[in-house]
Amino acid sequence: MSSRRSRRQSASSGITDDQIADLVSRLQQLLPEIRSRRSDKVSAAMVLQETCSYIRSLHREVDDLSERLSELLATSDNAQAAIIRSLLTQ
Amino acid sequence: MTNPGGLRSSFARIFLRSLSRINSGRVSSSRGRTLPKHRSISIAAYASMASAVGTRRAWSREVLRRIRRGGARRASRRTSEFPVGRKGRKEPGNGKKLKKEAGDGNEGSSIQGMRKKLRRLVPGGEGMEFHRLLAETAHYIKCLKTQVGVMRSIADYYTPV
Repeated sequence: MSSRRSRRQSASSGITDDQIADLVSRLQQLLPEIRSRRSDKVSAAMVLQETCSYIRSLHREVDDLSERLSELLATSDNAQAAIIRSLLTQ
Repeated sequence: MTNPGGLRSSFARIFLRSLSRINSGRVSSSRGRTLPKHRSISIAAYASMASAVGTRRAWSREVLRRIRRGGARRASRRTSEFPVGRKGRKEPGNGKKLKKEAGDGNEGSSIQGMRKKLRRLVPGGEGMEFHRLLAETAHYIKCLKTQVGVMRSIADYYTPV
């Protein structure tokens, strides 16, 4: 339902296929795997698929890093956090 | 376009504050249940990023909304696709029905399937027009990369050599 509605709304609000293609190519630039390939060799479906897997892998990385941090932080004190804060906000 | 340096610092600042709160045991679980530490940290990471972005993006608004509603408990049992989770609505079921109805065949079923998946992955992506979903996705990915980068820097700093 939502996809059909969006197609009708696209026609009426003037969002062209070109604009969508432009957004898809911009997404492609963000993806590490297929960034270097030219857009005409990569289909939109492939870009969307890579996008989905990339988002999922980023979520997994967040989870892994959270595990690491939970183990590491158990042994540190808050003074070091202040040091890092000053390092990262330069 | 967003200033990535500014976003990185804002996120780092907020996230480190949350980390020291979690570390000192001052985080209260409004759900009345103690979350495992790594779960608190990962939720804090998404929440800090959403706070750093503010309300100017649909996905960050959605993340902040979900966290305030406290969907974290369900999140730990839901798929790992989006840890902060939903309130248990049967979205995959709805999506399957929608996919069968909208089988116009214009763009091919592969794009339809991918759009559906993307809508589930990007917070707040369910009700959007497709072109807006793409723009939100691009911003979401950029912020996720920043988030991962900062978290990795912190973890590397604390890792004993």
